[in-house]
Amino acid sequence: MTEKIKGIAASSGIAIAKTFILKNPDLSFERKTVSDKEAEKKKLDRALEVSKSELTKIKETAERELGKDKAEVFAAHLMFLSDPEFVGAIQNKIENEELSAEAALDDVSKFFIQTFESMKDNQYMQERAADVRDVSKRLLAHLLGVSFTSPASITEETVIIAEDLTPSDTAQLNRKYVKGFATDIGGRTSHSAIMSRSMEIPAVVGTKTVMGKAKEGELAIVDGLNGEVILDPTPEQIEEYQKKQAAFKEQQEEWKKLVHKPTRTKDEAHVILGANIGNPGDADGAVNHGAEAIGLYRTEFLYMGRDNLPTEDEQFEAYKAVLEKMDGKPVVIRTLDIGGDKKLSYLPLPEEMNPFLGFRAIRLCLERQDIFRTQLRALLRASVYGKLQIMFPMIATVGELREAKKILFEEKDKLTQAGTKVSDDIEVGMMMEIPAAAVLADRFAKEADFFSIGTNDLIQYTMAADRMNEHVSYLYQPCNPSVLRLISHVIDAAHQEGRWAGMCGEMAGDTIAIPLLLALGLDEFSMSATSILPARSQMLKLSQEELKQHKENFLKLDTAEEVVEYVKTNMI
Amino acid sequence: MAEKIFTVTNEAGIHARPATLLVHKAGQYGSELTIDFNGRKANLKSIMGVMSMGIRQNTRIKVIAEGPDEEEAIAGITEIFKSEGLGEPES
Repeated sequence: MTEKIKGIAASSGIAIAKTFILKNPDLSFERKTVSDKEAEKKKLDRALEVSKSELTKIKETAERELGKDKAEVFAAHLMFLSDPEFVGAIQNKIENEELSAEAALDDVSKFFIQTFESMKDNQYMQERAADVRDVSKRLLAHLLGVSFTSPASITEETVIIAEDLTPSDTAQLNRKYVKGFATDIGGRTSHSAIMSRSMEIPAVVGTKTVMGKAKEGELAIVDGLNGEVILDPTPEQIEEYQKKQAAFKEQQEEWKKLVHKPTRTKDEAHVILGANIGNPGDADGAVNHGAEAIGLYRTEFLYMGRDNLPTEDEQFEAYKAVLEKMDGKPVVIRTLDIGGDKKLSYLPLPEEMNPFLGFRAIRLCLERQDIFRTQLRALLRASVYGKLQIMFPMIATVGELREAKKILFEEKDKLTQAGTKVSDDIEVGMMMEIPAAAVLADRFAKEADFFSIGTNDLIQYTMAADRMNEHVSYLYQPCNPSVLRLISHVIDAAHQEGRWAGMCGEMAGDTIAIPLLLALGLDEFSMSATSILPARSQMLKLSQEELKQHKENFLKLDTAEEVVEYVKTNMI
Repeated sequence: MAEKIFTVTNEAGIHARPATLLVHKAGQYGSELTIDFNGRKANLKSIMGVMSMGIRQNTRIKVIAEGPDEEEAIAGITEIFKSEGLGEPES
């Protein structure tokens, strides 16, 4: 019988295929007490070891297939399996209550799941409950010697129906066969939803009832655009959704056609669309999404999540990897921007009243030259593998820029004298994120090869408003005329000296901001990889000459709201 | 034994990332570290222990250290509280 079930749209696209119901494995066991407590503890240890080694493998696969961020959850699972309270509580139950390992695990995991789930207004903890469930299931299966139905075993086109897809399930999905999935629980921010987006599989989550209603092998439609699942659809519905699917694919195809095309406006003006990345592995995604450059490689991640500074060689390998991957396309690598909200455990920094106005980024690097010089050497050595552009963050004064450049050239001379090859074609630029620098951009343009406007910070410093503070977050206004005038001035100043100006904040990929930035003459737009093709598609339909005629008008408006309204009426 | 009371000022309480950082930091010390929230206690070296307390904004918690490096441990934890904007120590 046809049935339409409403859920939450987690990943866009439409899938029409037979269902594959992912049943939970039979993990039932008889609750019993044991006499040989030591044997139970050994059994627990073995199951823990097997689970850990399995998870380590899944984590590696996920890192490769989905990227490092998405694999984080498995690091959390591994942490749970080594957690003193979790494992300790299970061991205590075996010891004190003479419970079997299965029963002890069940009690302890239920306790944590209930505790986390009871924090009803906390989405994050709800998701952690799912993690505990996932990891406990794995552990219990190993205690019982039961194997799961693995999504990896699917070999025909299907949509998966499940109560929930655990992160480890999602990591094993084969994109060739799994056309979509629908689950009973989960939200837009649950791991399965996030992963479905990065794998580009249509998904609907949180349907509450799909698992109970779906029949194995019948046809189903997963509409990830509207968050609906249709079980056993009528021929008319199938036809309707095939049309929708075709329309969506057409748009995707239209975007995909643009992957290898340069970015041009309707009147043949050319700008560069680049990607912001945090790890060398992200460069693949950037290329696949049509990036013409890496507009911002944040090197902080090389320094984070470890106990000591990365060595020169480690950094060299990372920079080289990105430059090679981009195959001669420009790569802007930003030197270390640590401090502010980003701290390193092994680099104690003084406490500050206002970390965002404090000892961070270039300020820190000019003080801790040992760290700075190591990074610069790694960059210089890597420069022969592609088109490197070095960028200094948080430059406020011309003096800072000169000092940073001086150190860079000192290291360059040392390397060349020692016989190490360094490219002669390295551009050295700076972030434009401090209003003082933006105002003085005409002076900076004489000494920097390029500017990249960091809108997140530039806006927060210009408006004197912490964007993370919800009481003042209304002041985070990318389209405020004051911000636009600063940006306009920075771009003009760069062009005056024959330099280029780019942007690497969220704003660069924003539908409303794009016409404004084209009008202002921005040369390079850097954004998250998935925004590139939609932006390129939008730009194809815009004429830069026409947009430029609006420049004087929108720069003279009073408020951000007026600007947005003006764009919608006249520029899109 | 060394101890310090904190007022949690972070809007989300002791949530995910900071909780992980606290636990990591705690793991660096030989001392036993306990967090006391309204009389309920948890091992500060356990992510599940810390998260399961559901510590919210505007509550007071006590961190207790006992062992060879208890003073350093309290100082280290205080540092994380400040740097992560989790809360303010009471002097």
